[in-house]
Amino acid sequence: MSGTLVLAADPMLAGDIGLVEVVLTLAKVVVAFAFLLVAVMLMIWFERKLLGGMHQRFGPTIAGPFGILQTLADGTKLFFKEDLVPDRSDRFVFKLAPYLSLIPAFLAFAIVPLGGDFNNGGQVEWWGRTTYLQVADPPIGILLFLAMSSVAVYGVMLAGWSSGSKYPLLGSVRASAQMVSYEAALGLAVASIVLVTGGLSTHDMVVAQAAEGYFGIVPRWNVIVTGLVPFIVFMIAGTAELNRPPFDLVEAEQELVGGFHTEYSSIRFALFFLAEFMNTITMSAVIVTLFFGGPAGPVLVSEVGGVGIAWAWGVVWFFLKLFVLLFCFVWMRATLPRFRYDQLMDLGWKALIPVALGWFLFLTALEVGRERGWNEAAVTIVSLLVFAGAALLLVRAVRSGRRARDREAARADEPSDPVEERA
Amino acid sequence: MAEAVFAVSAVIILAGAIGVVASRNPVHAALFLVQTLVGVAVLFVLNDAHFLAAVQVVVYAGAIVILFLFVIMLLGVDKAEELRIEPIFGQRPLAAVVGAALAAVLGTVVITGADVLTGLRRAGGDRALDGDATDIERMGRVLFGEFAFAVEITAALLTVAVVGAVVLTRRSSRSDGSETAGAARAGDA
Repeated sequence: MSGTLVLAADPMLAGDIGLVEVVLTLAKVVVAFAFLLVAVMLMIWFERKLLGGMHQRFGPTIAGPFGILQTLADGTKLFFKEDLVPDRSDRFVFKLAPYLSLIPAFLAFAIVPLGGDFNNGGQVEWWGRTTYLQVADPPIGILLFLAMSSVAVYGVMLAGWSSGSKYPLLGSVRASAQMVSYEAALGLAVASIVLVTGGLSTHDMVVAQAAEGYFGIVPRWNVIVTGLVPFIVFMIAGTAELNRPPFDLVEAEQELVGGFHTEYSSIRFALFFLAEFMNTITMSAVIVTLFFGGPAGPVLVSEVGGVGIAWAWGVVWFFLKLFVLLFCFVWMRATLPRFRYDQLMDLGWKALIPVALGWFLFLTALEVGRERGWNEAAVTIVSLLVFAGAALLLVRAVRSGRRARDREAARADEPSDPVEERA
Repeated sequence: MAEAVFAVSAVIILAGAIGVVASRNPVHAALFLVQTLVGVAVLFVLNDAHFLAAVQVVVYAGAIVILFLFVIMLLGVDKAEELRIEPIFGQRPLAAVVGAALAAVLGTVVITGADVLTGLRRAGGDRALDGDATDIERMGRVLFGEFAFAVEITAALLTVAVVGAVVLTRRSSRSDGSETAGAARAGDA
């Protein structure tokens, strides 16, 4: 067993750990947690207001200016409601499930770089310590996000099962099947980013994206470097992973009453609600980090009254990008109708995963070609041809499979022997 | 510090392991299994094997146990099983014998070879530990360099297994038309 515990690449934690380091880390955790809670509150209000606007109505207007305190009022109301535990439920698991939903949402947020001047490496110096503006930069980096999104499935799954009633169980089986299916596409899109970055650390990803861009104005964001496809795959798979519309079959109220949280009330329901929005914010923050350069951006004013504020610009850029993405999530919700279950599975397994895998191989081919000094144009053309060929093959396979199924179904619909059919 | 972490996670792991065997409800057993797996992931981190820890959580906790739970929920066997019936004849005495044998082997390993436990002998040899590279880099080099063929063979094996499973579930219904439609619809869902 090695005596040294390497917990992070953060330079602050590399040397001796004293009081200042502990206090700084605690402060980072508290600030990040407080930020997430406030952001959730504002996000719920923002979503309702924006949806209202898109639906030609007002949205919340009563509590506070522009109804901004509506979430606070709703939360307070939920606190004072009766906390019901169904008679046929599995009591311990029933109480455990909301936390299993909530905690991964926060833990995944820990790896998101929130600020810092990435034109100079993204480090800040506070009280003589050099550190990053993110809660943790573990060696597994972005894998922590994938691990947490797979742990989050438990919350949904166990909530439905432990309720001891039918609709929640159906909802949770749907939800977990959906989340497990889309995790694969999510992972493959992340793999493309890891490939171009050459490492798992989220800090390194932002540093790589902060480098000199193209033609002087186009930034070196991964959304451009990886050629847009991984971003689209990640965005779709991420929405499905969040169980947000148009992938919200999990709580399709026409079919399932309310989905996996039908039996939950009071504070436990509030926790699920909180987790859902926290996950949305975390997912957007991760997308910003992976594809849009995180806090990287120009420093407009580096000093105010002798105090260096270059790091604060990182925070500003990060929030602007986050805001745009959150807007997009609400926009998608207001625009797209809900998927049918078979369409959802088809999209995940027959479109997103093959496309993500193919594009990943294409990027790999480009990388290998660059390393060996092959002609880049030739590599691109040959790989795209192979890509197209494989896509054609896949489409044909899916089609012939569907045709065979239709034939069998048609044969089953016309009973040859009615007596045998009844038997 | 390292000893304290080890002690805490060892307690978590052992409690989980006992829980898996002792709990009568299959869903609870699966949850105890998750507890054990996460505890082992902590031990991996303690040994600087960060990648293994992440994979432990993503693959075992995130996929395999989820699959267990899925089957338990879909089949509706989430109530305690009747324990007096023995489905396969002689299963329990045989299980006792195999269990005792396993315990004997593990006991022998613990008593005789201290080096085995600390991992001085391992498949990749000591050179896998050389250099400053992270564990993910070392594992990548060993897996996709030296053992690339084994990785490819495993991948092919898994593909064959998946295709085989699909063929087997669909073949039984080909003789009878009415079942086929049901199977096809079940496949859709």
